[in-house]
Amino acid sequence: MSSPDATGRENMGAEAGRGEVDGRPILSMEEMLLNMGPQHPSTHGVLRLILHLDGELVISVDPVIGYLHRGMEKIAENRTYLQMLAMMSRMDYLSGIFMEWAYVRAVEDLMDLELPPRAEYLRVITAELNRIMSHHVAIGDFMLNLGSWTPFFWTFRDREIAMDLIEMVTGQRMMYNYMRVGGVRYDLPDEFEPACREFLDYFPAKIDEYEKLITYNEIFLSRTLGMGVIPPHEAVSQGLSGPNLRGSGVKWDLRRAEPYSVYDEFDFEVPVGTWGDAFDRYKCRIEEMRQSVRIIRQALDGLPDGPVNVKTPPMLRPPAGSIYRAVESPRGEWGVYMVSNGGLRPWRLKMRDASFVAISMLPRLLAGNKIADLIAIGGSLDVLMGGTDR
Amino acid sequence: MDIAAVAESMFRIILAFIVLLSVVMVSAVIFPFAMRRLWGFMGDRLGPNRVGPQGLFQPLADGLKLFVKEDITPLQADRLLFLAAPALALFTPTLMQVVIPFTENYTIADLNIGLIYVVAVGTFGVTGLLLGGWASNNKYSLLGGLRSAAQMISYEIPLMITIVVVGLLAGSLSLNAVVDAQESIWFVAVQPLAFIVFIIAGIAELNRTPFDLPEAESELVSGYMTEYGGMRFAFFAALIEWSNATVWALVGATLFLGGWRGPFGGSGIYLALKVAFIVFVIIWFFSTFPRLQVDQLMSFCWKILIPFSLFNLVTTGLLLALLPEYALWGIAAVSWASVILFIGLFHRALKGILLKKRLRALKGF
Repeated sequence: MSSPDATGRENMGAEAGRGEVDGRPILSMEEMLLNMGPQHPSTHGVLRLILHLDGELVISVDPVIGYLHRGMEKIAENRTYLQMLAMMSRMDYLSGIFMEWAYVRAVEDLMDLELPPRAEYLRVITAELNRIMSHHVAIGDFMLNLGSWTPFFWTFRDREIAMDLIEMVTGQRMMYNYMRVGGVRYDLPDEFEPACREFLDYFPAKIDEYEKLITYNEIFLSRTLGMGVIPPHEAVSQGLSGPNLRGSGVKWDLRRAEPYSVYDEFDFEVPVGTWGDAFDRYKCRIEEMRQSVRIIRQALDGLPDGPVNVKTPPMLRPPAGSIYRAVESPRGEWGVYMVSNGGLRPWRLKMRDASFVAISMLPRLLAGNKIADLIAIGGSLDVLMGGTDR
Repeated sequence: MDIAAVAESMFRIILAFIVLLSVVMVSAVIFPFAMRRLWGFMGDRLGPNRVGPQGLFQPLADGLKLFVKEDITPLQADRLLFLAAPALALFTPTLMQVVIPFTENYTIADLNIGLIYVVAVGTFGVTGLLLGGWASNNKYSLLGGLRSAAQMISYEIPLMITIVVVGLLAGSLSLNAVVDAQESIWFVAVQPLAFIVFIIAGIAELNRTPFDLPEAESELVSGYMTEYGGMRFAFFAALIEWSNATVWALVGATLFLGGWRGPFGGSGIYLALKVAFIVFVIIWFFSTFPRLQVDQLMSFCWKILIPFSLFNLVTTGLLLALLPEYALWGIAAVSWASVILFIGLFHRALKGILLKKRLRALKGF
């Protein structure tokens, strides 16, 4: 990929008329450099894509990230362990619970804390609610990228109910700050369980409704089938995770592969795709919402009594050492690598985000497609800049 | 020439202007509002309901807001063309109404080549959008303008063939004659295939979902109207879009749904109801479908719509020539059979095509 000069035009000289993309000869007249984003309706936040276009055909893509960089990893070095907890859910803001969860797991495992079972169950319930909410946004935005508005409103209608539920528990709708080292902040309020059960009865029918509107629509099928194919070996070698990986047929879900918390007590399936195209990734998300409903129902049924957290010293001082802990967030593996030197603050905190990996797939995935498919494929990867830039 | 004749022709001209502009204005006020409320209803929301009873004055409030906004011309734009494009694009919906029989007695000009006039003026509509896209000197706008040119010119062809079919059925190119020919039965019952092709190609011609590629918000950020603001944006987004839709609905109602005809003697109200029905279909499509892709759009036009409408034209002509007495029955039978066949086979054919596409995509990586 040659780099553009100051005028933005690639110096291709006499070869300009005889380009080739994916083995298909293209009749190119003049390349157009299009700067898509950071302000663009469908770049999912502030992703910037530098596109080299031949008419509608995308010749090459350079993703530019960093427009939402807040220096979270550096900030962590100047905050105590408890202070940093409040920042965690501000990274991947659509699935904040998972950031907090990975963080508190790392601290707890460093400190060798034993958790009361009720705390683990509450974590699972809130996390799975959060997963449903995140997939709502993913599917709604994906359909918005494809030019269909109504699914967006439908998913957000149901997301609102899930948000009210999670607000009952945590007091917040997005930046939860709910997990604590050694448990969770609050126990469930009394009105939560009936409201949640009502949602669990209501929601599966709504998933069927989404599928009736979206999945079997011929235009949707022709836009997504065979689009943005990631073969399994490619997905694994790139380090993709989450629905993007499972859409390619690789059955890898941290909840099953390396069971953490109490996930091994629940009965649920890990949906996988076959072809690895945009449709399979979408379908995986739909199925995961169904599985999340199953998990929440089982967790509510088997909710043990007892305290929701253990007593920890007011100033946390994990022993010196390093640890990596990851959870299965809606976007894939969210990991926290923490180095402690025994002091009040983490010596180093490194986050691993699945959207970052997915963005690194974009140049390979998008070249040779049309602009419209670029939007569709990018939407099907469900990248979020809040987590990528941190 | 005596004074009475001059006065009468003056009166006719003024009346014609009033009718033309009122159709344009009323459709630009009512249909965006209807769209937002209906779309809200389909999306399980309320839609705008704050300004006036049930939000009825919302379009006026929007219009006022856009009217008082600054009129910005980008520095790098081709100023003359940029300013002229919205006005040019307004020609089509205004002029196309000239040949439409609004009631039994009122047609502004009953041309004997009315159908050809409709096609000719309709083709002109792309000019405004293309110019707007080009003159903005914005890459998104340019892509949007080029898309609209490619799309509208392609979809002209099935549209023309369909209109020729109607001309064959009516035995005349005058729209009044077309309405007269539908006295016993509407052409939609005789030629459902032509009606379906007309609706699909018409929606593509109007750049509305699922064919709204030229103004794709999520890709091209409103395409050819990205750089427009204030009243010029309102021209493109409300006035031209919706008056075009209304005028195409008028043409469709005249060609297929019997025009002003209806029970208890015809009147303009029936025509308005039919127009509202077609516009409702457009809004319904808008809130249900995602957008097609450029090459799918083209292959749908050239590989499906044009062969079908050509087949339709040939069978209609043959039946009319060979069996003049029973022609309508024969045409209706063939047309209904092909519609049912089309609906039955389309799904299966698409499934096969998409499976092949998936296999190819996996292999090509």
